[in-house]
Amino acid sequence: MQRNSFYNRDIVSIKDIDKQDLERVFSYTDKLRNFTPNEKTELGRGRVLGSVFYEPSTRTRMSFEAAMASLGGSSLGISDPKSSSIEKGESLADTIRIMDLYSDIVVLRHPLDGSSRFACELSRNPVINGGSGSEEHPTQAMLDLYTIIKEKRRIDGLNIGMIGDLKYGRTVYSLLYGLSYYDVKIHLISPVSLKIRMESLYEVKNKLRIQEHTTLEDILPKLDIIYVTRIQRERFPDLQEYENVKGSYVIDIEVLKKAKSDVSIMHPMPRMDEISQSVDNTTNAIYFKQAAYGKDLRAALLALILNENIS
Amino acid sequence: MSDASQLLVRRIKDGTVIDHIEAGKALVVLRIIDITGKDGNVITVALNVPSNKHVKKDIVKVENRFLLKYETDKLALIAPRATINIIRDYKLVEKRKIQLPDSIIGIFRCPNLKCISNSEEDIRPILDIVDKQRIILECRYCARTLTINDLVS
Repeated sequence: MQRNSFYNRDIVSIKDIDKQDLERVFSYTDKLRNFTPNEKTELGRGRVLGSVFYEPSTRTRMSFEAAMASLGGSSLGISDPKSSSIEKGESLADTIRIMDLYSDIVVLRHPLDGSSRFACELSRNPVINGGSGSEEHPTQAMLDLYTIIKEKRRIDGLNIGMIGDLKYGRTVYSLLYGLSYYDVKIHLISPVSLKIRMESLYEVKNKLRIQEHTTLEDILPKLDIIYVTRIQRERFPDLQEYENVKGSYVIDIEVLKKAKSDVSIMHPMPRMDEISQSVDNTTNAIYFKQAAYGKDLRAALLALILNENIS
Repeated sequence: MSDASQLLVRRIKDGTVIDHIEAGKALVVLRIIDITGKDGNVITVALNVPSNKHVKKDIVKVENRFLLKYETDKLALIAPRATINIIRDYKLVEKRKIQLPDSIIGIFRCPNLKCISNSEEDIRPILDIVDKQRIILECRYCARTLTINDLVS
């Protein structure tokens, strides 16, 4: 049996996970999806997931908790800092130390970059980064890659457009690092003020084939995947500029007509108005499937972290 | 130090001579190692001194102060070719080459204001040197890639 390299391991950055390990998670996710409920509940019985969320979350927190429940484990945690001692000024360090005492794995979401690496220094049990500032969201990238494999049957050879807020969107950075293991063409489409921070791609910028664009139109017919992120209105110093750009990045039925017939639309969610609801019922929309795959992949990851002798 | 350099800056009795600083960096060196002159010691700065090895160099002489290892580590980033000469009673008692360490601990803060190491948590900033040739650093916490200009500008 192959060694389970995820056993008791922190998941802080997608950069720490090589292609072989990524594929190990994907293959175990496939395996787990075919398990009976009883088989699954053997993998996490009596184990506790501690979630510490300093920022709002719907999918990440709920999918981790649903994943833990599917493994027969339970979850506890802080979903609203106002309802915990964080409100009284308790430090992140103390909050992590306490959660570590009460749980077997800690999932942390925090508004500051590097918060998960700091938490790893304090926690005896494994820490999973559930989103750290505008830095990383590694499990989102893993589930994004898994979704592409499931829906497109491959990653190599695809033209992938990433559109919206590329500067502050943490999912984009983690996904780009994950895509650096594959032979893909990346098209980054954003207003100039929300362009990717190239310095944050230092290790992979030579591995990725990246083209930057300010409009979607020209490149649209070539794309196999459009990965949409929310343009965050609050980031714009000039609201007029926001008004100017927001319409250019709405994916609707008219946009789909100009795209490949099998283009897939992805979104880490939550979406606001950047994808029209009219797209939801098309075969191109895979963002709800993405959220479903997220629960399966996170269950596989939790199982691998908790159990030494599985693979 | 060449004879021409000796003529430009007087010998010191006790203290530290930082030689072979990249031309134009001497004032940054003073700032980084926090030499302000407020303690009353004589400080001599020579800019663009002719050098056999590097055409031009800067020299800093600080009287009555002996640079410690952690201060040398700070200089490794901005003056990696510099040599540290410790002088006691006009004699050279120690000559140190600066070597780039693997990490710079507790000296420079990460310039990313949203990095956890700049928060109220009790964290010593750690910058790992990931490329010693081009002097590229990475914050141990937020993983941001940095150059020396990001740290001293």
